[in-house]
This record gives sequence, structure tokens and C-alpha cells, in this order.
Amino acid sequence: MRKSDSSSGRAPYLLISPTWLVLGLFFILPLFIMLMISFGQRGTYGGLKPIVDLGAYLLSGEFLANYRQTLDPLYLQIYWRSLWMAVVTTALCLLISYPVAYYIAVVAPARRKNLLLALVVIPFWTSFLIRTYAWMLVLRTEGLVNSLLLGTGIIDAPLSLLYNEMAVMIGLVYGELPFMILPLYASLEKLDLTLLEASGDLGANHPSTFWRVTVPLTMPGIVAGIVLVFIPSIGQFVVSDLLGGAKSMLAGNLIQNQFAVARNKPFGSAVAFELTAVVLLLLMAYAWYTKRKGQEAML
Amino acid sequence: MNDTDVSVKIVEVTKSFGDFTAVNQVSLDIRKGEFFSLLGPSGCGKTTLLRMIGGFELPTGGQIIINGQDVTHLPPYKRPVNMVFQSYALFPHLNVLDNVAFGLRYKKITGAAATRQAEAMLDLVRMQGFSQRFPPQLSGGQRQRVALARALAMEPQVLLLDEPLGALDQKLRKEVQIELKNLQRSLGITFIFVTHDQEEALTMSDRIAVMNQGRVEQLDASHQVFEYPKTEFVAQFMGAPNFFTGVVKNIAEGLMHLGSRADSDIRVRTTSDVWKPEDPVRFVVRPEKLDLRTKSGTSDGEVSVEVTIEDRVYQGVNTVWVVRGDDGARYTIYEQNDRPFQESSRFRVGGRAFMSWNPRDTVVMEKNGK
Repeated sequence: MRKSDSSSGRAPYLLISPTWLVLGLFFILPLFIMLMISFGQRGTYGGLKPIVDLGAYLLSGEFLANYRQTLDPLYLQIYWRSLWMAVVTTALCLLISYPVAYYIAVVAPARRKNLLLALVVIPFWTSFLIRTYAWMLVLRTEGLVNSLLLGTGIIDAPLSLLYNEMAVMIGLVYGELPFMILPLYASLEKLDLTLLEASGDLGANHPSTFWRVTVPLTMPGIVAGIVLVFIPSIGQFVVSDLLGGAKSMLAGNLIQNQFAVARNKPFGSAVAFELTAVVLLLLMAYAWYTKRKGQEAML
Repeated sequence: MNDTDVSVKIVEVTKSFGDFTAVNQVSLDIRKGEFFSLLGPSGCGKTTLLRMIGGFELPTGGQIIINGQDVTHLPPYKRPVNMVFQSYALFPHLNVLDNVAFGLRYKKITGAAATRQAEAMLDLVRMQGFSQRFPPQLSGGQRQRVALARALAMEPQVLLLDEPLGALDQKLRKEVQIELKNLQRSLGITFIFVTHDQEEALTMSDRIAVMNQGRVEQLDASHQVFEYPKTEFVAQFMGAPNFFTGVVKNIAEGLMHLGSRADSDIRVRTTSDVWKPEDPVRFVVRPEKLDLRTKSGTSDGEVSVEVTIEDRVYQGVNTVWVVRGDDGARYTIYEQNDRPFQESSRFRVGGRAFMSWNPRDTVVMEKNGK
């Protein structure tokens, strides 16, 4: 797909021009505007403070003030928590999804595969926001879990399951799970099962076969799943907003707050731009990985 | 056969998949150091039987004993056998050397020693210089060699081969058949080879088990299976589809007199004492043993049957004649083109002729044989 066909001239470029138009108008241009804003200063009533002398503003280094502010220990703690939450979410998703995907792709009888895949996809029919609200109903003090535990007499007083990091983690893992299962399924489905038999034939027991054959051969799916889960997780704000307490603020919430509550667009833009940079770096690393492996990207 | 000479002992092994019985009460003794083939059409159970020896399928019933050890329920990685898979099953993420060395660590051979052994195996299959290539960069024949080297590197007591030549073209196939046979002879290990190609089985095997519908129809030395098929299925499968029906007239001095549609009685040597007069009997004659004449030739005890010529097909070495007897049965006759029938030029499609053969070439099917 990478080879360009010289005989067809400009036709391919014309054909992908709508994509470029959409990307340019709704992605690259806003990103550029955001970058510009991040160099500005907050006006008294929100908005931007007008710059009187651009030369002096640039020379004084004042345009980097927002970026300097993002390095405040208070914020660093938030980034660190976001990163940590995203890493744990991704790891948990991988741990839960691999057996699920393996079951659907390898173990389940062929006639049941489509049904199982449908079950993975069906939650998408409901808005993510609504599904996250549903978790509130499940986890709150009078919620499903507590009523069950109280009703069966396992506990005497309701547990506080909501508004903590655990609740955020549950929400994140729940929401991202399909994005891990599907790419894993795609690469497990292509796995030639005789290779597993060959491995056993050559003396490898099941764990050995898993690490030496199954994992290396499904690495494209694993990497794609990690990228697909990690990126939304690190920018997530809805889940932490609804299920988290004051102490579980993530980078996404910080950005949202700057725009919606603090009305400090320049600072919000700076944080958002940093986050975007992290995500872009990750995507570039992924592109490098697929190119090195000579595989087609799954994203 | 002494039990110490037995490499693989299969005792009443059965394998069912739901209602379907793939392997039905099969018992076999495979000798140490022999080239043994499981031959049969697709679906006859030969691959299932091989996979049970390898440990990839567990028998529904029966026992598999390898070198005196009951392995019936052992997983593949605990059996002293290795397999060359039909699709070769080379690991695409490992280069040729790592493929061949894959299992050595489980035999406690690591590092330089493993590399040396893997290289030695690649030498053995004449694939030296390919160690850094990856499987997708190899041709079918090269992959087959690597798969063989990988299995042999494990120094198995028994090597299982599941139609490993199926993906090769005709010419290469013939070459590899000879190579495999020579390799087996020099290594002296037991080869169990699965194929649906009777010529391939005959070329390489010491003994052949012909399988049909989950059962062994005949187990004999290769030339025995070819020359003396015991059942109609085996005869058909070995390319002798010329069936005659007769009746036993009498048995005397080891000779069985058969009456049939042939003009004269046929005297056949028999060692079997199960036959009685008036028993119906089926027999075959191989196509290359049949002759076409213009006259009924009974001079030296030959048997003749009058037939109508339906077709002749030139095939290079042979000309194939298809003829039909007056009872409607169809027969195939091979005429060697370098030794043509005496009156070959006088036969026309649609004409009449006499099909004759030496009674020695009559092969009687087992009593109550299928």
C-alpha cells in the first residue's frame, strides 16, 4: 500500500483530498490555534489579554509562562496520576482481554464466535456517558453492589465504592476493554494453530509455547491494543469526573477545568498541547514499530 | 515379532469425534528402524492415527506404547517422537537456525552447543547457508527440509511425517522421496509416513498399512500390498480395479479350482484352508498382467475372456485399454508401449477381443473380504 503508482498521476491525491480537508480544518488548524493561545495570557474576564509589544513579549520569554506553570509540583502530581492510571488501566485491560480474545478466537466453536464478538461490541450502542452513569448506580452507597452485599449479610454497613481512584479505574478499564479485545482477537484469529502443536511437539509445555510462540506472533495486536487503550485513558476526564472524588483529578479534568471553570484558556491550551505531544510521540513510536516489523498497522 | 523389536505398538485404538469414528479398533506393531506408511484416501483415519501417536489427539479407547512406554495420555512434549507437519509449521518469527534449535533447550542443550547441533542438522538436509533466512523467504522444498531438520534435531526415536511432500511439485517430490528413504536408512530411526499416494508409499516404505474408513484393510510389505492385495478396496487403491466373480469348484494339493465366466477353470495356488467348494469368490488381475488377443488363447493353461473394447488412451510408457466383459464388468489393461501386444494394430475401439492372463497372476480376495 505504500508504493505510489506513478502512472495514475494526481488522481490518488485528489481522491484523498477530502480527508486532508477534514483533517486540516478540524484537526491541524484547531491544534495550531491552540498552540498560539497557549503562548498568550489570560485576560481579566477570561479570553486573551491583548499583547501590546510583540517583540518585547517574545524577548521577555513571557510567552512560555503557561508552560512554566505546567511544571508546578501541584500539576506534576496530576500528570503523574494520569500517567499511572493510564498505565494501570492498559495493563489491566491487557490482562483481562488476552484470555477473552484467546477464548473467542481459538477455543470457542466457530458458530459461537460472532455472538461473542457481538457481545463485546454491543455496549457501543449505548453512549459512553450513560454507561458511566450506570456505574454510579452500581457503585453508590445504595447501589447494586452494596444492596447485594447488605442483603446477603456479608457486610453490615455500605462500603464507599464511589468517588475514589478504584471507581475511576473500574470505569476506565470497563470503557477501554473492547479496544483491547478487538485488536487482540484480530491477531489471535490469524494465528496458525499448528504452530502451537509444533511447539509442543518440540518439547515446549503450554506456558513455554505461550511465551515463545503465541505472544511473539500476536505482538502486533498487543501493541495496537496498548496504543488504543493508553491514549484515551491518559486524556480521560468524563470517568474521573463522574466516578472520581476530589483527589482523583486527571490531566483531562485539569484541562476541562481551565476552559470551563477557571476560564484560563491559555493555560488549558498549554496543558492540552503537552498531552497532545505525548500522544503524538506514542503514535510515532507505534508507526516506527510497525514499519520495523514490516507489518501493516492495525490502527 | 519380539516386543523389543517393536517401536510403536498400537493396541485397539479408537478415536471418535461425536458420532463419527475416525479410527476404529486399530492394532499395529511398527518395528524399530522401519519405514512404515499409513496409506489411504482422505478421511480414512490415517492422519488421526498419526496425530494420536504424536499426542495431538487423545484416543477414545485403546493404548499407544512407544518403546515399551505407555504414552497414551502423555502430552506431545513428553513423547520421544517428533513430527514433520503437512504445512511444515515453521515459526515465521524465527530464522531457520532458531527454528531448528527451538526444542533443544528442553533437552538441556543451549548456547553454542545448540547452534552447533542445529547447524549440523541443516547440513544433513543440505540447507547450510540458509540459517539466517526467515521461513517466508524459503521455497516449499526448502521449508520442507527445515521442518525435517527441526524434527531430527530433537533426536526422536520415531519420526512422524504427515504428508510432508504434498505441497511439492511432481519432480521435486520424486527426488525428496529417494532422499527421505536414504536418510531414514542411514539414521536408522523409525519413520511413520502418512500419504494418500500409493506410488509414494511403495517407493519409500518397508511396510504399508492400507487404511479405509478407520480400519486397517491390509498390513504387509510394500510389494505384497501391491502384488497381493487382500481386499477389493486395497486392490482398487493400488491400481488393480479388475474384479472377477467366480465360485470354488474344488481344492486339492494346495490348488483351488475356480469356475468363472472365463472359458476354462482357473487353478490358483492357495495356502488358505478357509475355502470350501461352492464358495463364491472374487479375484483380481493387475492391468499390466492382462493381454489382448484376437483369439481365445488356452494353449498353455491361460485364461481368456471375450470382451468389447471401449477405449484406448496413450499415456507415454503405457497404452491403457478399457474393455467391457459380456456381464457388464469393466476392466483396465496396460499395454507397455516398448513391448506392445502382438496383434496391437488389429484392435479397434468398439471391436471384440480376448482378454487373457496367466492363472499365476490371479489374486484371490480374502474370504468375506469387503
